Amino acid sequence: MAEVKNIEKIVGVNGNLMTVEFTDKVMQNEVAFAKVGDAKLKCEVIRVRGNRADLQVFESTNGLKVGDEVEFTGELLSVELGPGLLTQVYDGLQNPLNLLAEQSGFFLKRGVYLRALDRERTWVYTPIAHEGDKVVAGDRIGSVPEGIIKHYIMVPFAWKGEWTLKSVRPAGEWKIDDVMAVAVNEQGETRNITMTQFWPVKIPITNYAEKLLPEKTMITQQRTIDTFFPVAVGGTFCTPGPFGAGKTVLQHAISQHAEADVVIIAACGERAGEVVEILREFPELEDPRTGQPLMNRSIIICNTSSMPVAAREASVYTAVTLAEYYRQMGLNTLLLADSTSRWAQALREVSGRLEEIPGEEAFPAYLESLIASFYERAGLVRLRTGETGSVTIGGAVSPAGGNFEEPVTQATLKVVGAFLGLSRERSDARRYPAIHPLESWSKYRSVVARNELEVARAILRQGAEVNQMMKVIGEEGTSLDDFVVYLKSEFLDYVYLQQNTFDAIDGATDADRQRYMFEQIYKVLVGTFKLPDKDTARSYFLELRQLFTDLNYLPMDSEDFKRQEAAIAEKIAERSSANA
Amino acid sequence: MRKVYHKIIHIAGNVITVEADDVSYNELAEVTSARGVSLAQVIRLADSKVSLQVFAGSRGISTGDQVRFLGRAMQVSSSEALLGRVFSGRGTPRDNRPEVLSDMVEIGGPSVNPAKRVIPRNMIRTNIPMIDVFNTLVESQKLPIFSIAGEPYNELLARIALQAEVDVIILGGMGIKYDDYLTMKRTLDEHGALSRTVMFIHTAADPVVECLMVPDMSLAVAEQYALEGKRVLCLLTDMTNFADALKEIAITMEQIPATRGYPGDLYSQLASRYEKAVDFDGAGSITILAVTTMPGDDVTHPVPDNTGYITEGQFYLRNGRIEPFGSLSRLKQQVNGKTRPDHRAIMDSMIRLYSDFRSTLEKQSMGFQMSAWDNKLLKYGRQFEKGMMDLSVNIPLEEALDLGWKILADCFERNEVGIKTDLIDRYWPRKN
Repeated sequence: MAEVKNIEKIVGVNGNLMTVEFTDKVMQNEVAFAKVGDAKLKCEVIRVRGNRADLQVFESTNGLKVGDEVEFTGELLSVELGPGLLTQVYDGLQNPLNLLAEQSGFFLKRGVYLRALDRERTWVYTPIAHEGDKVVAGDRIGSVPEGIIKHYIMVPFAWKGEWTLKSVRPAGEWKIDDVMAVAVNEQGETRNITMTQFWPVKIPITNYAEKLLPEKTMITQQRTIDTFFPVAVGGTFCTPGPFGAGKTVLQHAISQHAEADVVIIAACGERAGEVVEILREFPELEDPRTGQPLMNRSIIICNTSSMPVAAREASVYTAVTLAEYYRQMGLNTLLLADSTSRWAQALREVSGRLEEIPGEEAFPAYLESLIASFYERAGLVRLRTGETGSVTIGGAVSPAGGNFEEPVTQATLKVVGAFLGLSRERSDARRYPAIHPLESWSKYRSVVARNELEVARAILRQGAEVNQMMKVIGEEGTSLDDFVVYLKSEFLDYVYLQQNTFDAIDGATDADRQRYMFEQIYKVLVGTFKLPDKDTARSYFLELRQLFTDLNYLPMDSEDFKRQEAAIAEKIAERSSANA
Repeated sequence: MRKVYHKIIHIAGNVITVEADDVSYNELAEVTSARGVSLAQVIRLADSKVSLQVFAGSRGISTGDQVRFLGRAMQVSSSEALLGRVFSGRGTPRDNRPEVLSDMVEIGGPSVNPAKRVIPRNMIRTNIPMIDVFNTLVESQKLPIFSIAGEPYNELLARIALQAEVDVIILGGMGIKYDDYLTMKRTLDEHGALSRTVMFIHTAADPVVECLMVPDMSLAVAEQYALEGKRVLCLLTDMTNFADALKEIAITMEQIPATRGYPGDLYSQLASRYEKAVDFDGAGSITILAVTTMPGDDVTHPVPDNTGYITEGQFYLRNGRIEPFGSLSRLKQQVNGKTRPDHRAIMDSMIRLYSDFRSTLEKQSMGFQMSAWDNKLLKYGRQFEKGMMDLSVNIPLEEALDLGWKILADCFERNEVGIKTDLIDRYWPRKN
């Protein structure tokens, strides 16, 4: 596509929005570059009116002048897909931040765009397709090992029609820009297939056979989630919560412990410090399932709050596109976006500058449909090879004032399969994770039996009611039976719902251990005990709580664990009326 | 010599519009009127119309006054000569001493590459138990003090500044009372800290546009000092005034307001300032403590609300005490695992029990009979408030932890506090 570059002139600048008068043609969402000094600032067309186009600039607009040149590329905003994406840290536009730091030092110099993938690195290539094979977009022609993952090299997703492979590259060590195969179509057009391809971020990759219903539980090793409010492989969930309720800590815990093949973390408009924790810790932390550093299965997209707003909007799309790419290899990918509210705010800022008629709380009217189409990019799919692959999306939401009635939370709730609502009340009482056990919900399948779960839920609900009642009629007015229900609900809360993320053992409870623990706790929940009065009841449950709390911190295969188990059994037998 | 423009076509609020060409976005200009010369900054370009916010305000500007563009953005000196000095929001001296014009740097520079940050790792000791034990302050943290008018927030700010071991203190005052400015200056002086302090002060009587400059000026200087390896503490008071100044300009520019009149980019505006807090990989650090007064004591007001989402925690200052609920230091986990093994356990249990105490207090006020457990909680709550929460308590962390165990042992049995048994065995005070 060696067309002559389309060069136009700036006629206005307002914040990160720039207006350009054009003489040729422009395309909606086309990428352009504004020249300031010797730097070129990336921007994207977001509205065309008459012979003027409004562009959002992905960098600071300081120094731009009326009359400055803008170069249009004729391309949509795209990312590069190929081996070497894992372990990378990108900004919202897929600039590798580590490389950028080597080049520009402490600060993010504007107008510097580096290639996302390392072109010098060699990969051990094994061909799959043969000369003469007929292929279509998305078909696999070979593979390279990327860490523990078999990274398939595929026919570019954007190619239309059927192609015949004229020649294929034999096994060997090749670089990403080397031609792996040459293809020709019916019209006689010849194209090269390399290890990489580009894909426009705002368009979903749909090269699969069909979408399936997500039914399998995605184990996050968080007891409240897997047992009470599970997430499915290929499902969607959101974690709204006021500030300080532990959204980010929860997301970090999920990103570390979730049983997914590839985890993509999109730090969208949040604190840089939090990203740094991931950046510095993930290379050190071991993924127990593979024995490799967690970083080897992760990609971090990081557009923190002080980085340009327009790139923040792009970052969630960049992240989901990468997730879809790995899904095409038959992998289960998990995308964690923190926070989708910042993305919505970025939309609001741009919408405000465009002087569009505002919707609720000045968010643009198209907010809901954008959020819906973003979450719809999640899903479990059957690929044409027969394998399944999935994209699971978890979005943190930061509602203004902690009020879930606001537009972003509401729009998100409509489209997700699980709602993990974090509450200030619980975080104030240091009951972490602060997922509210009565307000949250999930449409997916739990790791424990449904009828037992219902019993546990009922006890939590009744316990909360008794607690409310006690505030009105006092402890002395509450019957002993009600009081015991309240104690049971508190017991369940303390030893099962609450989990210490910062402890290596308590912080990650796998599915088997969850089932085991839940069984033990279930015995207490449905048990009847000889408790003569409330003070005895309270201290008995405190003792049980202490025993179970200690158990949570012990490795399951240890001697201490067995001893603790015995102590618990003894304690339960002590007052259990079943034995009487 | 740069061209001078005379054609001012629009004056509203503190914003003027002039017809001019070859002007860059964010450039500075000098507006000369009958009242004198004022700086102004370009905030919008639309064809040949250039909108500028005038630092000294638009009062007295006539349509025939001249505007001269300077061809550069706002700058501030970053030299060592700033130490011990006081400047206005636009960088001119307030202390009748000469201007400092060496080592000029542009304000509002680009953000730090996250790859060049390191995980914060040094605790800042304040000797205030509510901070050291429960919400430890960490070097490079950004933390607001949420408060309401009348609370001693500036005193708290000054006390932390004086007790913290940092190389440089930068004080940015926005819309503060002249008396407050003098008080803070005197406090710093009395403790011999003035010589390592730089102040950018905008008082309530100064033009509102200058208020907008204060955080950027302060942080640009802080950044340069930090790059030289210094540990800088930046105090900003009061960020609500800064947000109100943003609101004023946005409304004048006819921007569509988002919530309660504040512009839609309030979050990004606040974040680009707070995010300057950093621990550089291979250089110094910037820690930001900022006061945010909550209009009507309402934490859901857009300013504290947006701030809370940006900063790494917050301290609530209410009734002269740092509230244990709501107050949070997000970085405490980075350091409180390295202080003493019982630090986290004491932190969590004492707050949990204090929360139970509050519920008991409610029950008591409604006239319910107190159980044995309730009475224990009541005793505990009172001791906690007196020993830990009172702002006059001034003890190091280790003493505070010991005091915590003493209070627990005084009020409860060993198995009632929900702490792991091995810690109880090690730290539970022996009864004598």
